[in-house]
Amino acid sequence: MSTVVPPLPYRVAGTRAETADTRSIELAPVGRELPSFAPGQFAMIYAFGVGEVPISASALRGRHGGLVHTVRAVGAVSTALYRMRPGDTVGLSGPYGTGWDLDAAVGHDVLVIAGGIGLAPLRPVVQAVLDRPAAYGRLAVLVGARTPADLVYRDEIESWRDPARVEVTVDRPGPGWHGAVGVVTTLLDRLDLRPERTCAFVCGPEVMMRHTARALLARGLASQRVQVSLERNMHCATGHCGHCQLGPLLLCRDGPVVGYDRVAQLLLVREL
Amino acid sequence: MSTDVDANAFPPAATDGLVMGKDGMAALVDVLIGRGFTVIGPTVRDSAIVLAELRSADELPYGWGVELEAGRYRLRERSDGAAFANAAGPQSWKSFLHPARVREWSADRVEGELVLTADQAAPSRYAFLGVRPCDLRAIAIQDRVLTGGAYRDPVYAGRRSGALLIAVECTEPGATCFCVSMGTGPAAGPGYDLVMTEVVDEDGHRFWIRGGSQEGAEILAELPGRPADPETRETARAGVTAAADRMGRTMPEADLRELMAGTLDAPRWDDVAGRCLTCGNCTMVCPTCFCTTTEDVTDLTGDHAERWRLWDSCFDLDFSHLHGGPVRASSRSRYRQWMTHKLGTWHDQFGSSGCVGCGRCIVWCPVGIDITEEAAALHDWTRSGASDDGAAS
Ligand SMILES: Cc1cc2nc3c(=O)[nH]c(=O)nc-3n(C[C@H](O)[C@H](O)[C@H](O)COP(=O)(O)OP(=O)(O)OC[C@H]3O[C@@H](n4cnc5c(N)ncnc54)[C@H](O)[C@@H]3O)c2cc1C
Ligand code: SF4
Ligand code: SF4
Ligand code: FES
Repeated sequence: MSTVVPPLPYRVAGTRAETADTRSIELAPVGRELPSFAPGQFAMIYAFGVGEVPISASALRGRHGGLVHTVRAVGAVSTALYRMRPGDTVGLSGPYGTGWDLDAAVGHDVLVIAGGIGLAPLRPVVQAVLDRPAAYGRLAVLVGARTPADLVYRDEIESWRDPARVEVTVDRPGPGWHGAVGVVTTLLDRLDLRPERTCAFVCGPEVMMRHTARALLARGLASQRVQVSLERNMHCATGHCGHCQLGPLLLCRDGPVVGYDRVAQLLLVREL
Repeated sequence: MSTDVDANAFPPAATDGLVMGKDGMAALVDVLIGRGFTVIGPTVRDSAIVLAELRSADELPYGWGVELEAGRYRLRERSDGAAFANAAGPQSWKSFLHPARVREWSADRVEGELVLTADQAAPSRYAFLGVRPCDLRAIAIQDRVLTGGAYRDPVYAGRRSGALLIAVECTEPGATCFCVSMGTGPAAGPGYDLVMTEVVDEDGHRFWIRGGSQEGAEILAELPGRPADPETRETARAGVTAAADRMGRTMPEADLRELMAGTLDAPRWDDVAGRCLTCGNCTMVCPTCFCTTTEDVTDLTGDHAERWRLWDSCFDLDFSHLHGGPVRASSRSRYRQWMTHKLGTWHDQFGSSGCVGCGRCIVWCPVGIDITEEAAALHDWTRSGASDDGAAS
């Protein structure tokens, strides 16, 4: 057995524009299907001839029954994926990496905090809690975006308001924005947080996660109750290419979701 | 020896082995070729001892030694005619087990469908002749990295599982060697199929060869030679013991893993960054560095694409590329990544050090940066107490 197993062909079953540069694509297997993904796990998606990049599952079951990924066009591969239309084919492999530890949150209040496209890997967390309300305590979702136009899943966020507590803020408001303005941590003051019985799930730009985790710790959450999803360059997702290192961690294997207690010190070291 | 086989299953001490002359070495290469192996071993080419396919034992570097120093490699003729009295050359066995360039799969667009096809490469069965103890450990380390986790690298596993390892103990360490510090040599550890110790003295030029696996024992049985006499065994052992006392370099007496974890802010990283060219030579010659990148290429029709995997280096600016810029932009942070990974975080990731003390990175660094000297400087810094007064942050 000396052959590398290529990705499996998946067809785009549907797409949905989220923002001007972000689109969700729903993928269904052409033939063989990958094992099922857990919230927080990611796939490597191959765009024909262009390349392959890690993208989190943003819904485990979309409208057509497929796996959903939300892609922000920032470079060659992500732009090729962003441009996919129903009927197009990609190569898919996975699921890779650690998922969010939802078991740890059973019986606890769930606090989801997202910055920008960081809401993509957290959407399955919200869905999981909504699906099994009895298993968890209160659900709160805090979302930050640069501008109102950068908010992903706007309608869906609204639909979470009952039963969840939902707060949205933007860095720069535009005309017609009546919501909060400021960084996402300012929303924490609006919550009646029960730190000893809360589990927090955080994803966004690294600085945002650092500030958010610190704000949560300052409010009494234990650092191992704060989970973050980290991003590094990834070429293999199987622990072999070495690109995703963060000190002792290989983030494709030991992450992307990690307890903040494991990375707090590492994230303080510049250019680690 | 297959990666699935317990390296200790066949106790090397079970046989005292044979003593054979150069004719025995010639027979060994012939037997290996006869058994269908592609024999790879050291040979002189382009003013260096390189690893290449051997068609006969005549191609071994009989009578060649090397002079090694930081940033310096020279061949030197030896009057004793020894074949293995030379330390590591520019290549390591990873060139064969973990090749610098492999095609992994192809993709074709056929009538709107994406057809993905695995590459069907049938690797040769390699026999590696002359694996140094440090390199034997390096192979064991790459085994763990590439096949010991949840995913096995099929390219490596395919080449490795059929490979036969013939180790050679060291009697002539180079000035850049520090296997003793890393606990990897100069005597061979487990994992070989055959092991040899070369002896040249008034009683002649001979090799003491022992088996370390079933297959090694079978090959041994086909070789001309006489049962190993106590004198040759004793001389051979003494040569290896003496080599341990003649190491060119040593690592500081410290827990290197702790040293790395505790010195991430040391000013020494700025100092080495002032010298380092970030050329990545050290990662290319290092027998354990495993990092790769992928390259997706299309042909002119645009309907055929290929996935290639290439060696990569953490010294490359693109290595840590993220949208928004590289994580490790400064050469300080890239040298620090390399050295702290080798000596420190490798333990966390793969359960051992990533350095075997072969000295290649010292020799092939164009500006002569020396990992043992850098470790010593970091160690001095922690002992001077400078690390405690916050001066470096
Ligand atoms: C676990 C994980 C989950 C993620 N989830 C999501 C998600 O849900 N949604 C989302 O939008 N994004 C997600 N990302 C980020 C996403 O993977 C990146 O945005 C994407 O890789 C960018 O690729 P690109 O080709 O578009 O951009 P580029 O910035 O062009 O980089 C693409 C790749 O090409 C290589 N490259 C670029 N330039 C060069 C060069 N000059 N020379 C050599 N190589 C080069 C880089 O090494 C890089 O890996 C996730 C990342 C991780 C690690
Ligand atoms: S770091 Fe240098 S001395 Fe250590 S194994 Fe690699 S090349 Fe050899
Ligand atoms: S030292 Fe650098 S190139 Fe070598 S394995 Fe570590 S990260 Fe990869
Ligand atoms: S992405 Fe290759 S080692 Fe993690």
